[in-house]
Amino acid sequence: MVLLTLLAAITIGIVRMRNLFGVVVLGGIYSFLMASVMIVLDAVDVAMTEASVGAGISTVLMLGALSLTKTEESVPKHLPLLPVFVAVATGAVLVFGTFALPPFGVAETPMNTHVAPYYLQNSIPDTSIPNVVTSVLSSYRGFDTLGETTVIFTAGIAVLMLLKGKRHIKPGPKRRRVSR
Amino acid sequence: MDLLQAIVAHYNHWIIIFLMVSGLYIVVARGNMIKKLVGLGLFQTSVYLLYLSPGKILGGTPPIISAQFSVYSNPLPHVLILTAIVVGVATLALGLALVVRINEAFGTIEEDEIFAGEEDE
Repeated sequence: MVLLTLLAAITIGIVRMRNLFGVVVLGGIYSFLMASVMIVLDAVDVAMTEASVGAGISTVLMLGALSLTKTEESVPKHLPLLPVFVAVATGAVLVFGTFALPPFGVAETPMNTHVAPYYLQNSIPDTSIPNVVTSVLSSYRGFDTLGETTVIFTAGIAVLMLLKGKRHIKPGPKRRRVSR
Repeated sequence: MDLLQAIVAHYNHWIIIFLMVSGLYIVVARGNMIKKLVGLGLFQTSVYLLYLSPGKILGGTPPIISAQFSVYSNPLPHVLILTAIVVGVATLALGLALVVRINEAFGTIEEDEIFAGEEDE
């Protein structure tokens, strides 16, 4: 509960801060807190991934993008009344929906009784891997993981294509005028 | 007493909703593209928690089979979220590459200034 409250506090900081460098650093702190919450929720594999990918690679990518652009966010001209209304209304509807959800930590929910016991019981006989997350990820649902790597491969190609043509662009009159 | 019980039972959901709504607000209200990507990230991580927290069983252990334990948390959300995290960083990289290219073409990453620059043509 304390960790979750800290997460909310960091989020307020991210929303309010205008210096993008500070926002990215707060994002790193947020990811580490998220990883701690995941350990509390027994998701140790996910916590390791979040700490390395969320707090490590994402932060580095963000800082790289910041070094190529500006680090200060401009102040919006008009008050964000409509976005605030949309956000608050969505939040109210979602909070109303939570009262129909099962309380935290209960074992007899449909989610925990449907297919999860099968994996827990058959992981050792089928794959002889004690870590059930590993056996589901790479054995039972191996094709999902193959699709995932395809997505990453495609994204990598797209990033390379976007950034490769960088040197061939001539600074046109349009670009010069806007950047002033 | 009932109120206290409701708070304990649903506190995780409410924090998740708060994170989700903050991400939505940043994406809609802020014109800066990198800030928008940070907002998308907030939304995304709130969904990770939304998946992981109902899989936790009080008194359970991480789903690594051992003779000393009998109650394990649900392993299936962990698998789904592992995939989601890795795909999320791939899409983040793609979004940042787009932002860098936009900055090269327009000289700014603020939405208002890009629209204003297009109207000047």
